Amino acid sequence: MTPSFFSADGLVGIIFLLMLAAALVGAIVAVTAKRLVRALAGLIVCFVGVAAMYFFLNSPFVSMMQILIYVGAIAVTIAFAIMLTAPGDKEQMGSRNILYGPIGFCCAALVTFGFAALALTTNWIPFAKINDGSVQEVGRQLLTTHVMVFELVSVMLLIAILGALAITIEGRRKRWKS
Amino acid sequence: MSLTLFNVLAAVIIIVIFVALNAAYLVWCERRGAGRIQRRPGPNINGPFGLLQPPLDGLKLMAKQLLIPGGADKALFITAPVLAMFPSVMSFFTIPFSDILVAHNINIGLICVLAFASLGTMSLFFAGWSSHNKYSMMAAIRAISQSVAYEIPMLITVITVVMISGSLDLREIVRQQSGNIFHWNIFPLFGNSHNLLMPFSFLIFFICSLAETNRAPFDLGEAESELVAGYHIEYGSMGFGLFFMGEYANIVVGACLGALLFLGGWACPFGLFPGVWWFIIKIYLLIATVIWIRWTFPRTTIYSLLNLSWKVLIPLSLFNLLFTAGLLKVF
Repeated sequence: MTPSFFSADGLVGIIFLLMLAAALVGAIVAVTAKRLVRALAGLIVCFVGVAAMYFFLNSPFVSMMQILIYVGAIAVTIAFAIMLTAPGDKEQMGSRNILYGPIGFCCAALVTFGFAALALTTNWIPFAKINDGSVQEVGRQLLTTHVMVFELVSVMLLIAILGALAITIEGRRKRWKS
Repeated sequence: MSLTLFNVLAAVIIIVIFVALNAAYLVWCERRGAGRIQRRPGPNINGPFGLLQPPLDGLKLMAKQLLIPGGADKALFITAPVLAMFPSVMSFFTIPFSDILVAHNINIGLICVLAFASLGTMSLFFAGWSSHNKYSMMAAIRAISQSVAYEIPMLITVITVVMISGSLDLREIVRQQSGNIFHWNIFPLFGNSHNLLMPFSFLIFFICSLAETNRAPFDLGEAESELVAGYHIEYGSMGFGLFFMGEYANIVVGACLGALLFLGGWACPFGLFPGVWWFIIKIYLLIATVIWIRWTFPRTTIYSLLNLSWKVLIPLSLFNLLFTAGLLKVF
């Protein structure tokens, strides 16, 4: 049954479609924009759209984490990188091989076709909810079943921080010597 | 389900009006407060006590032409002021004003508010970058480094509160503080916190919320009274107005979070009125403190600002986190 256009469900449906469009349009802008900042803006719109998809899939926690981590942290990091390296308003850097477009399009079409075929031919089993997806359950799973992954991720982040520090210190030493 | 289109629209309109009125009249409060502190009258001509000043200012700003500087990135230039206002409006859809007075309560309300608050940084970036102006660019770099630096101790302090209450639901956090004035999270030893450092965490949280909303003594990003206005130097008319209102709306969100997490939300210290009124009194007391601080303290420099966050607040809040975890394990 399709809900009436002028009801709460109808409004929810419209917002769902808008967010779906935001995710797609954002992704397209992120790839095709000539200015780096525009690409970042597209990426953020895409992140917000994906977060909304998670919200509609009944997992508000993941959706909020998507916004907090991807928009609040990763996009800001990219923004910092753009501002500090300051490529200015150079529209496009380097020339592009004329073949890249068609080849890329073929690859994308192939991947899309593969996923679509997979989705259509798979015999989908309606699956009962494993758990309630709440914060408590996510935390418990992280610290019991997936504790190895959890710890490895923190080790990886530590290595990244140390690597960044090492690179910076090396640069400073060179400056001191000269 | 009694959720109709009318209910949804009414909730949205009420929230937008609440935020806009608050932002407009806090500007008036701020100017009156500044006048009082500096021994001058402040805006008192238009209407009784100058109460007509904010709508008239709004009319003036809207009547002005929206200038877009040459070489600016048009789309981003127009988006940035909207993005400045958007997070605070979104935050109010999950901030509860009492046990029943909440637009939509979800059990991760706290994360929701913090996630939307983190969106505000992007508006600084877009405003600074799209203006095509060196000054706004430099100011944006400073403002973003400030808001990133202070987001970390703020989140760590919020985690200590969450550890004590064991919930991310704002209603549940308040419910645990109700009953007695000494159950509020800010008071040590009584209630469910048993943590000597709670007043101290409130201090960290308050400093961070001052810095996150770009208020004096941390308003280096704009310094509207002396320097050029920082990242929104190129904005005139309502574009500037939206940045200005966004700042005040963010202060309201910060005060709401402070009241909910540490001051017992709508828990009454002693009967008298229903809880909602107590919550509103607490919010406006916090906001009055923010205004008072702004007109009493001089501005810091960018180095001491960043040092305060990275070398003082972050280690202290991490220590606070470990201490709280230890106490929770022992008791």
